[in-house]
Amino acid sequence: MKVRPESKKQIVAEYIVTAVQNFVKSNMGKVFEFFSPFIFSLMMLSAFSSLSSLLTFKPPTSDINTLLGWSILVFMMIIYYKIKSMGFLGYLKSYTKPIVLLTPFNILSDVAVPVSMAFRHFGNIVSGVVISSLVYGSLSSLSSLALGNLPGFLSKIPIFELGLPAVLSIYFDLFSSLLQAFIFCMLTMVYIKMAANVKE
Amino acid sequence: MEKAIILAACAIGAGLSMIAGIGPGIGEGYAVGKACEAIARQPESKGSVTSTMLMGCAVAETTGIYGFVVAILLLFVIPSMFLGML
Repeated sequence: MKVRPESKKQIVAEYIVTAVQNFVKSNMGKVFEFFSPFIFSLMMLSAFSSLSSLLTFKPPTSDINTLLGWSILVFMMIIYYKIKSMGFLGYLKSYTKPIVLLTPFNILSDVAVPVSMAFRHFGNIVSGVVISSLVYGSLSSLSSLALGNLPGFLSKIPIFELGLPAVLSIYFDLFSSLLQAFIFCMLTMVYIKMAANVKE
Repeated sequence: MEKAIILAACAIGAGLSMIAGIGPGIGEGYAVGKACEAIARQPESKGSVTSTMLMGCAVAETTGIYGFVVAILLLFVIPSMFLGML
């Protein structure tokens, strides 16, 4: 490693780091630049967990416990920044904000944040897994229907499974999982910025 | 007999819960249409319009995803739970 980058690896790494820092700075402001390692690691963890379904693994993000873990982590950070900006009594008082009657609804809307974040990511990945498994099953039964009567190994050739699932995989595995990773990080940044309430 | 009724009720409920897919479909259609209008009016702002639209679409999808999660629960989790109780 040198101050002036020479090797290709270092140039690529510095490019990624500056891009992430600029991304976080433009969304959360200069005060929260120290969040960029957390945001980027969350994004990469989510993206590569979901992309592992390309290698026929069961993606970790198709389990609700993974997503609830991440979103509860984010929820705790939101509460921490709310307490930091308003003080503990101010935080408790903020639940009774317009009138005291609305306290249960305020608590409910606070709890809905991690639940909606987790279920959005979970539902998108699981819908991809379910639909592609349905397509694989129907295609294999279709090709056994077409070739099942042939003798020997000819009946085992999966002709219909050859190219068709790849089209679905581009949407459900590549596009959907990368988009959901981006959305998760974007919402994390927006919620933390709203909770901290920093004046620029 | 009870088994069959439970399974049929779960399947019907899963089908009904996917009616929730109508709302996000209409909403995302509006969003994409407006984004196309914006790009046609100002082609140089294509990048920011597209990223904002994708973000909004993914957020608007949430209610449909809730319906889908309920359908998944009804198809895979609830039947085994209730059949174990019988």
